[in-house]
Amino acid sequence: MGLAKRIIPCLDVENGRVVKGVKFLDIRDAGDPVEIAQRYEQQGADEITFLDITASHEGRETTVHTVERMASEVFIPLTVGGGIRTCEDIRRMLNAGADKVSINTAAVFNPEFVQQAAERFGSQCIVVAIDAKKVSLPGETDRWEIFTHGGRKPTGFDAVEWAKKMVELGAGEILLTSMDQDGMKSGFDLGVTRAISEAVKVPVIASGGVGNLDHLVDGVLQGKADAVLAASIFHFNEYTIPEAKRYMQARGIEVRL
Amino acid sequence: MSSIAVIDYGMGNLHSVAKALEHVQPGVEVLVTADPQQVRNADRVLLPGVGAIRDCMAEIRRLGVDVEVAEAIASGKPFLGICVGFQALMDFSEENGGVDCLSEFSGKVKFFGNDLKDPSGQDLKVPHMGWNQVKQAIDHPLWQGIDDLSRFYFVHSYYVKLAEQSLVAGTCDYGLPFDVALAHKNVFAVQFHPEKSQQAGLQLLQNFLNWDGSL
Repeated sequence: MGLAKRIIPCLDVENGRVVKGVKFLDIRDAGDPVEIAQRYEQQGADEITFLDITASHEGRETTVHTVERMASEVFIPLTVGGGIRTCEDIRRMLNAGADKVSINTAAVFNPEFVQQAAERFGSQCIVVAIDAKKVSLPGETDRWEIFTHGGRKPTGFDAVEWAKKMVELGAGEILLTSMDQDGMKSGFDLGVTRAISEAVKVPVIASGGVGNLDHLVDGVLQGKADAVLAASIFHFNEYTIPEAKRYMQARGIEVRL
Repeated sequence: MSSIAVIDYGMGNLHSVAKALEHVQPGVEVLVTADPQQVRNADRVLLPGVGAIRDCMAEIRRLGVDVEVAEAIASGKPFLGICVGFQALMDFSEENGGVDCLSEFSGKVKFFGNDLKDPSGQDLKVPHMGWNQVKQAIDHPLWQGIDDLSRFYFVHSYYVKLAEQSLVAGTCDYGLPFDVALAHKNVFAVQFHPEKSQQAGLQLLQNFLNWDGSL
């Protein structure tokens, strides 16, 4: 008996529609984030992460409405990330029904924003997203750096030190994406996942690179992640969430079934 | 149709709990309010809460919610506290250097600590965030239709230790055992978030809307 490791499907949403494609076998409208989130909830997802990749101001209004609709139909925690830059952005998302917001680039350019946000809204709803990339050469001690702009821009900040700093400023959770692994389907970067999970007291969500169920298991057992986030393996029905949970349970991981 | 006042003292997201109540009982009148008259007139009262206890208690006192809570509890109408709305009912919280709470019930709110370990000796993270199993300590109308040891969603760094064992309605374990539900007459209060706990949580809210406050 204890706390379950969480499985979190992630939806990339642009102008109110899920992009990157979702192919559930028996879903009518593959593009509606609310319908997809409901489906995941019914399957037993432990949370939903909603990544807003909308660029335009008008699109942002759509996002708020989508979050409102989702919060009226889906009764598991909902995290909204993408474009969160001000306390006003956070307030709007929380009022729309998000339980947590994920701050990424804004934290890099203005770390005090994390502190302000945590003081105003509480650490429990402030997730800091970290995009890390390995910068050490073969043979050197492993070292990872924070990147911004979808992994294109290096910042010079050490990922482990950065995570510690974010937690000191009030982050209640770290969403760690390995930029080397993202989209590769070859598993999480277990080294950076473990290094950060062991360096901070708050929960760490591993993200980026899941291609099969062993990767989820490895993220928890070797990476010491408290939660695992995946998109494509669930969107394309390669595996269902119950399958993933039973697989993890069979390997000694506590899950919510 | 019955009405429920969700007490709004400006802290956190009340949308979720209001939506969950409307979902389980379409047509129920959900009033998100701090207005004493509305709270007094409602058939049921819910005290939610997220965030840090010092700010919550400051707002509770500034808006007179302390009086509304005391009145609601004394009136005998069904009363539900959630998360910080459970902690606020205690005598005292260790959070923010120590904060006096409402003393509706005898108990303390304590920090999980920085050296929490699971049975295998592995460090446990704080906040306690995610789905954990709740052991039902008593039979109660609010547990109706919910299996013992069902998982509920938690997010908190401080936990309640009730002074009187007879008030404990549910417990949980996270490095140490702690109290996650209180039952006394017309009052039920929980540490977890029923509005975010899918089927088990919605069932508890449904039970609350069906409850007349008696045992």
